[in-house]
Amino acid sequence: MSHDMSENLPEAHGASHGAEVVTHDDPFADPGLPAHEPRRTDIDERAAKRAERQVSLMFVLSMLATVGFIASYAAIDADKLVYIFPLGKVSALNFALGMTLGVALFCIGAGAVHWARTLMSDHELPADRHPIEASDEVRNDVIEQFKTGAAESGFGRRKMIRNTLIGSMALVPLSGVVLLRDLGPLPEKKLLHTGWDEATQAKPIQLVNMNTDQPMKPEDIIQGSLTFAKPHGLEESDEDFQQRIAKDALMLVRIAPEDIKDAQSRDMGFEGILAYSKICTHVGCPISLYEQQTHHALCPCHQSTFDLADGARVIFGPAGHPLPQLKITTDEQGFLVATGDFDEPVGPSYWERKR
Amino acid sequence: MKKLSARRRHPLAAVVVLLLALAATGGLYAAFAPASKAQADSSSQSLAIDEGKKLFAVGCSSCHGLNGQGTSDGPSLVGVGSAAVDFQVGTGRMPAQQPGAQVPRKKAVYNQSEIDQLAAYVASLGPGPVTPNPDQYQPSEDKVTNAEQVAKGGELFRTNCAQCHNFAGKGGALTDGKYAPSLEGVDSKHIYEAMQTGPQNMPSFPDTTMPEEQKRAIIAYVQNTNDAPNPGGLALGSLGPFTEGLFSWIFGIGTLIVIAIWVAAHTTKAKKS
Repeated sequence: MSHDMSENLPEAHGASHGAEVVTHDDPFADPGLPAHEPRRTDIDERAAKRAERQVSLMFVLSMLATVGFIASYAAIDADKLVYIFPLGKVSALNFALGMTLGVALFCIGAGAVHWARTLMSDHELPADRHPIEASDEVRNDVIEQFKTGAAESGFGRRKMIRNTLIGSMALVPLSGVVLLRDLGPLPEKKLLHTGWDEATQAKPIQLVNMNTDQPMKPEDIIQGSLTFAKPHGLEESDEDFQQRIAKDALMLVRIAPEDIKDAQSRDMGFEGILAYSKICTHVGCPISLYEQQTHHALCPCHQSTFDLADGARVIFGPAGHPLPQLKITTDEQGFLVATGDFDEPVGPSYWERKR
Repeated sequence: MKKLSARRRHPLAAVVVLLLALAATGGLYAAFAPASKAQADSSSQSLAIDEGKKLFAVGCSSCHGLNGQGTSDGPSLVGVGSAAVDFQVGTGRMPAQQPGAQVPRKKAVYNQSEIDQLAAYVASLGPGPVTPNPDQYQPSEDKVTNAEQVAKGGELFRTNCAQCHNFAGKGGALTDGKYAPSLEGVDSKHIYEAMQTGPQNMPSFPDTTMPEEQKRAIIAYVQNTNDAPNPGGLALGSLGPFTEGLFSWIFGIGTLIVIAIWVAAHTTKAKKS
């Protein structure tokens, strides 16, 4: 193919544009631009015609696709589902609109690329680099204008204007600094305590099942089960429910007492029932991916893993503290109650935290 | 005979011998292995327990012990109840194919009457959760009540189940190769039994903390989610915009790069260099 074409090349074509290749002693001599090579469409009128037809065909296809877009918008029912091979069941309307619009846009682009590659001029044009600096004449002129301006405004002579201008410019950024106050105020004691804080030995707070909204007895929590609880008195209809449950949320598990490795954790529970905060100590995601055989709780956000049988010790991931545990016992009616707040602040660490 | 022995040094001789040996072993196993026989119908509970004990001795005792007391390879089955057996064997998880992080769901090996016999035997070892009957796990047929159950079930699902099984029930990863399986195409009865018994590493949700009608509501929600049409096509694990974005970046932009390289690599010059 290329042999056939080279016979059609005009003799002088390459030589007229290309610079002579220098083969002197200098090994770093500028070899100049390579000779311009014509394209098939430059020298073969039939090839040019064919390229023209191909480009127009792309544009016509694009037109048809746009018509198809409008037609499918009008004709296809929005609820219709069709089976399309790798995608499965999809909305017929969405699929038709996406395909036709995609074809319409793609054909315009493909036609334009083909047009530029085959028919538009492809002569290489070198563009030399120039120094960025302006000419001395221009520079002198600008400096002259600046000096005249400075003299005419009296900036150097009228000191009061100059000083007050500098003062006002210096003060303006302060408005932005003052707005940074909205990053605060500091949380103060709010993060140290939760809703369980109001519980005391004399006035304990009942644990309420999130599913049934009822207090629970120890025998309700069987080994291997997972239950979520909130403090008595916190209702989903409360205006601040979301703010409060974000700190108060509890997960209750029951582990055979002999399997609990941490003695302190075992004492804070009741007959193997342990109440841990549901809020991850890394960045505060709700964490309840509990595996009942390994007693691991996994945080879905960053894969921090806590061993609930060992005082919720962190065994993997970025969390810095064990999950806080709530000390529980039973009241005189036999319901599970808390007699105080968590042993540590819940949720992620913050700078006022003492430990 | 002479011809055959002359070929014993052929490079493929070892492969042929190996294939023959494998075929012989497989054929012998097929011929002598205990075939699962159809079980005679029996209304008597003790008969079912007897039959179940026989099935148990053949299919389960190697790991769970001859009396279901458990061994180093399998847990004790005393007190797991018939619901656990119906779930584990009914979903094909048991008998387990191989040890590993988690026993996967597969085609059930036993038929339902055999499963019932096994369940009767294991239930006789100690009291435990009982296989539920349809009015315990079947959501309401009534359209309005069903819609109520779906709404309530969605709420309960997001509180109790979605953390592991994904909000659309597509499942998700846990630690050390364990995973929460997808709930697509799982029998209502098996979902109920799973909540009741807590199979493998799934925690259980007993009636004391999640009453029966709440379990039914969750099943109604799962059924509704499975049946809901998906106009978008490829769900990509129903994980939301993250996977969708990743997919478009890799495949969309990847395709564009390939096209750009193809365009640049094909010169239009008449003289190919």
